[in-house]
Order: sequence, then structure tokens, then C-alpha cells
Amino acid sequence: MALLSCENIALGYDGDTIVSDLTFEVKSGNYLCIVGENGSGKSTLLKTMLHLIPPISGRIHFGDGVQQNEVGYLPQQTIVQKDFPASVWEVVLSGCVNRLGLRPFYRKEEKKLALKSMERMDIPDLAKHSYRDLSGGQQQRVLLARALCATRKLLILDEPVAGLDPKATLDMYSLIEKLNNEGLTIIMISHDITAATQYASHILHIGNSQPLFFGETKDYLESDIGKLYVHMQGGVS
Amino acid sequence: MTLIEYFSYPFVRYALVVGILIALCSSLLGVTLVLKRLSFIGDGLSHVAFGAIALATVMKVSNDMILVAPITILFAILLMGVGEKRKIKGDAMIAMLSVGSLGLGYLLMNIFNTSSNLGGDVCATLFGSTSILTLTITDVWVCIIMSIIVILMFIFFYNKLFSITFDENFAKATGVQTSAYNMLIATVVAMIIVLAMNLVGSLLISALIIFPALSAMRIFKSFQQVIICSALFSVVCTTIGILISIIGGTPVGSTIVAVDITGFILFSFIGKLLKVAR
Repeated sequence: MALLSCENIALGYDGDTIVSDLTFEVKSGNYLCIVGENGSGKSTLLKTMLHLIPPISGRIHFGDGVQQNEVGYLPQQTIVQKDFPASVWEVVLSGCVNRLGLRPFYRKEEKKLALKSMERMDIPDLAKHSYRDLSGGQQQRVLLARALCATRKLLILDEPVAGLDPKATLDMYSLIEKLNNEGLTIIMISHDITAATQYASHILHIGNSQPLFFGETKDYLESDIGKLYVHMQGGVS
Repeated sequence: MTLIEYFSYPFVRYALVVGILIALCSSLLGVTLVLKRLSFIGDGLSHVAFGAIALATVMKVSNDMILVAPITILFAILLMGVGEKRKIKGDAMIAMLSVGSLGLGYLLMNIFNTSSNLGGDVCATLFGSTSILTLTITDVWVCIIMSIIVILMFIFFYNKLFSITFDENFAKATGVQTSAYNMLIATVVAMIIVLAMNLVGSLLISALIIFPALSAMRIFKSFQQVIICSALFSVVCTTIGILISIIGGTPVGSTIVAVDITGFILFSFIGKLLKVAR
């Protein structure tokens, strides 16, 4: 059974459709990259999968024992966070907020989970540092640790390497690969087609208001659209 | 008269108790509001409250809180809710409501002039009247109960509040009812503003909300430290402000604001020093 499946969904804001007829599914252990030009609806799709906005039509199912609130989400950074006074520990622990329910405070298990997530991201020594004083790469690790607190199975990442320098970018990709090898399912939005085809098991390409390709990465590289897109971006970079 | 002698008067004690409680509550919420880029919501809502007071005066409602509190809460929820949908941007909406209710409130008071001293009434509502020094024991109890509610809610929802303030989308994606909590924040802010109008008047309320938070953020680096420091800062400044105003005979509201500004400058300076030292 699929971890997440979308059947004929249409997406957009306030009734304006951005993408329609979108059908795909993600199985446990997959690494799906969503690619496409700016404005093609990648972010809208992500927000719809996270139930931040409702789909215009169609349905999104979570399966395989994943609840909607058990998704680990790595959002793009907001301006609010740039000067936010918070320690790394506070940020990571806040990933457990979906376990609180009506309880006001975190229990020992949650604190343990936060510590374990920080160890997986190799940042336990940053715990007392202030989030706003960290480098871009370190901040992404912190947010990834927070996402790990929220999920056991599924990570959804929104351009995780945006604004990172080349070394931090490589680090980030290998961290995500490591998590995927540990059994986590990854859904990632990316601009970077080279990295997408290198790391992902599946590609979803959307553009011109419609899905252009969905399938395994090796088939994508053989397809016309894949060849064209990889060539275009490869030529630029 | 020495300071000790002043404390033998009940009105001095009442003023201090109410002042400290309001300072505490507004500083707690202030951190969230400043970080969510809603610093001006206090200002906007206090002007709405001014308009509501004008309306209550004109309608000759005996206890104006019956009218003022619900109207202010309603507009608070409206402002927070509208901020999410972004038809008119949040800041423009706040500015519009704020200046609109200020203008209409004054107009109402002028047309249906019931008092011989209109200028004095308006000035008292805008800059805080002497009413902080004429509180009855009932007012004090109302304030104590409201403050306890605010503080308990703050402690109870602290972790969710942090999550929503730091990253609302993440909180929402992991199943936190963010709009319900935003409503709650709006309601509490409106309650604090209605309470605080007696203390500093509607023009100066923002000072109680933003100065403690901004000052604490100059020095401290974790959310918890900032909250605690902000609460202490606010209580200390308000106490000093009230004492100075009683001894020196200066207006209460503006004295507190002056002390807050001094504190902010001091904290910024210490913050700079700490950065250099590191």
C-alpha cells in the first residue's frame, strides 16, 4: 500500500487552479523529487500535501500507518526566524508539538527523542546555541532534526538547499540520503535537476499547469522531457 | 513625605498592584506579538477601544466595560483572522482600523457632547487618566482575576505558543490548530488592552507590549530567557514609573513609558558590550 497517494487532484488558491489532473503515489522508502519551473505549482502541491491548503478537487490519502500529523516538514526559512531568539534545543523540541495533544509540557520521552534527532543530525553540541547565530547549513540541520521529531516515516522537504554554499549543499544531500537509507520516505521539492536525478528514486515533473512526468528516475532520464530539462539546466550550470 | 508614608494610602497600593499585573501580562504576550511582526496590533486595538469608550459614553452605558471589552475582542479576532487570508495586508488593516476608530470616536464625543470638559475627557482616555489612582477594591480584584487567567493560559499553552510563533506552517502541518490559538492570542491581547487603558491610556499601550520584549531580545538568546527577562523588565520599569509619578506628580502613563525607554537604551548598550566581549 502507498504511503501517500494523490488521485486526479487539482490545486490552487481561492478557486484559481494552478495544476490539474495530478495523479501519483509514493511508496514506503521512496525518494521523490518534485521538479519544475518557478510558478509551476510545486510549492502549492507541497502545501496541499501538508493540508495547509485544501485541494480544489480530488483527494490525498495517507496510508501505511501514517497519520496526517505525523509528517516531518522542512519548510523554507521565513523572515521571522532570522532574528528569532530561540536556542537550538527549543527549536528541535518544538518538533514534538504534535505529540502533546492537550498536555501542556513535554515528557521525558519527547526530550529523549529530541536529543536523539540532534544526534542523528550530528548537532548535539549546538543545543545551547542561539538559532539565529548559526550558519545556514547548521540552521537547516536544526530544522531537519525538528522534522525528525515529528515523524517516524515521511519527510517533506521544501528546497532544503536554497541559499546554502556548495559544501553545505553536499552535506545536506548526503544527510537526506542517509535518512532515506535508514528507511525514511522522502518527498523533496528541488530546483537542482542534477542532484534530483542523482539522488531520487522517483521524479515528478510539473509545468505549464499540468503534470509532465511521473515515474522512476531512470525512465525520466530516457524521456524526452527529462532529456530536455536535464540538458537545459546542465548547460546553465 | 517619605515613600513608606505613601504606602499607607490604599490608592497607592492598589495602583501598584494593578500596574504590576498589567505590566506582567502585556510583556508575556508582547514577545509573541513582536516576533510575529504584530507590534502594532496593540496600538490599533487600543484605538478601537477608544472608539468603543466614546460610543459607551454617548450611549450613556453605566459600566463602559460591558461594551468596550466585547467590541475590542471582536476587532482583535478580525485583525488576526484577516492577517491569514491577506486580502488587505495585516499592517494596512491595523492602520485603517486604528485611525478610523480614533477619528470616529472623537467625532461621536464631539457631536453628542455630554460633558463640560470634552478636551479633558479625550486627553484622559488617550494618555491615561488619574483613574489608576482612584481604583476601587473591586477594580483591583477584577484585574487580579483577569491576570491570573492570562498567566495560567500562558503557562499552559507555552509550548504551543512557541511553536506557532517560531513557525506557524510547521505547527499547522503537524496538526496544531493554529487558527484557534491565534484567536486565543487575539482575545487575550484585547483583554489586556482593555485592562491597560486605565493605566497608560490608549495612545501609550504599545509601549507596555513592545519595550520589554525588544529590550530582553537585546541581551538574551533563548525564548524562555527572553520571556522571563521581559516580564521582570516590565514589572520593574512599571513600578519605578508609578513611584516616580506619585512622588513627582508626573502623569502615570508617560512616566512609565519614559522609564521603559531608558531601560531599552540601557539593555541595548549592555547587549552591544556583551557582543564585543565575546
